[in-house]
Amino acid sequence: MEKQKYEQLVQKHNPKESKGKNAIIAFVVGGLVGVAGELLICLYTHWLNISRNDASVYMIVTLIFIASLLTALGVFDKLVSKAKCGLLIPITGFAHSMTSAAIDYKKEGPIYGIGSNIFKLAGSVILYGVVSAWFFGMVRYIIEVIA
Amino acid sequence: MTIDFKNVYVQGVSTVAGPYEAKGPLRANFDKKYTKDLYCGAASFEQAEVKLLEDSLKILLKKTKIDKKEIDLVIAGDLLNQITSSTYAMLEMHSPFLGIYSACATSIEGLLIGAAFIDGGKIDNCIAATSSHNMSSEKQFRNPTEYGSPKPKTATFTATGGASILLSNKPSRIRVVNGTIGTVIDYDQHDPFHMGATMAPAAADTLYKYFRDTKTTPNDFDIILTGDLGIYGKEILKDLLKSDHQIELGDQYNDCGVMLYDLKTQQEVLAGGSGPVCSALVNYSTIIKGLEDGTYKKVLLVATGALFSPTFVYQKQPILSIAHAICLEAI
Repeated sequence: MEKQKYEQLVQKHNPKESKGKNAIIAFVVGGLVGVAGELLICLYTHWLNISRNDASVYMIVTLIFIASLLTALGVFDKLVSKAKCGLLIPITGFAHSMTSAAIDYKKEGPIYGIGSNIFKLAGSVILYGVVSAWFFGMVRYIIEVIA
Repeated sequence: MTIDFKNVYVQGVSTVAGPYEAKGPLRANFDKKYTKDLYCGAASFEQAEVKLLEDSLKILLKKTKIDKKEIDLVIAGDLLNQITSSTYAMLEMHSPFLGIYSACATSIEGLLIGAAFIDGGKIDNCIAATSSHNMSSEKQFRNPTEYGSPKPKTATFTATGGASILLSNKPSRIRVVNGTIGTVIDYDQHDPFHMGATMAPAAADTLYKYFRDTKTTPNDFDIILTGDLGIYGKEILKDLLKSDHQIELGDQYNDCGVMLYDLKTQQEVLAGGSGPVCSALVNYSTIIKGLEDGTYKKVLLVATGALFSPTFVYQKQPILSIAHAICLEAI
């Protein structure tokens, strides 16, 4: 069978992925994580009497802690299978990617294991996060200079 | 290439299963099960895989009442880099060892090589063994094991376990009839989450050559099993054989990846089981038993392997595949 014709045969037997449903679940769950973050900021500003800026740092640390703890307890990957990408896109997903890599490579030791593998997934996020921050920073700078 | 064997018999088999397989429909047929967790009492997932293979070798020696000094040759392979599970498990055997690799087609490759050595009169007996571990493979081929990323329904689930078979030239109730050595196939497949589509053309190619060379049809067999095509790959294979070679696989055809788990209740396995041990666990636990107790008279086993590495996939190279077939007969 020709490769092109074979591709049609594969497509014929491809199961339907409910992409729309997955997107809605991810949207709602991701939104709920945002709401939880906002609630935490409100609580921290109220209880600790700190600025909103400081409170958002505390909020991020809290979410990272929760995501890492749930990863270590082996719960987070099960939650993701239900919540789809809703838990992966926020900061919780970033923390999860680092903690899961660290757990995986613990046996290979602190240097060749955890140290060199902890950014296995998060490395791309950091690299392109920094590059795009520089790019948009430049765009903003140029706009401000022109204005 | 199809080879006839005149004087090769199955002396015994052993299967050791992990927790997911122990929950599956074939649970009663395994010799040993680790039900607690995927560490199976070892310090890491890789070491757990070594333990599963070691266990299966020990059980096989015990079941067949043969001393390891009497073993002429052990052939084994697995999925891990440098087939380390097999080599580490061999240390205690002190037997001549050949390490092999053809991904999930490894079990049948081992049987073919062992049978050829025995039939050629070079050795009297041979163990062919294989293993795989869900988490050690996941770590090597995909993401960190605890990382939860949604997978498509076509993805397969690497089976956890170790399985061994003892062949010899002493007549027993099961004879190795013949087998076909597969060729490497490229159908321009690039999706590591759809191994069924990658491997179905290899299975079709090997099955076609087997039927052609032996002048048989699917109806000559009580059961025809592919290794780990999964529910979607199984349907692709049926269509492909029909349209390309006018061969129709009927009710006697099934896939080990579909049989190993209860796909309704064990939804985490998605399209079904995979890994070198997937077909070996089904064949050595259930099919050999069926040949012994007379349920089957003649069976055709085809193990399918996807030949790739993450490096080649990221370099946009196609995923290749291979399938080896062997026919066993009750006498």
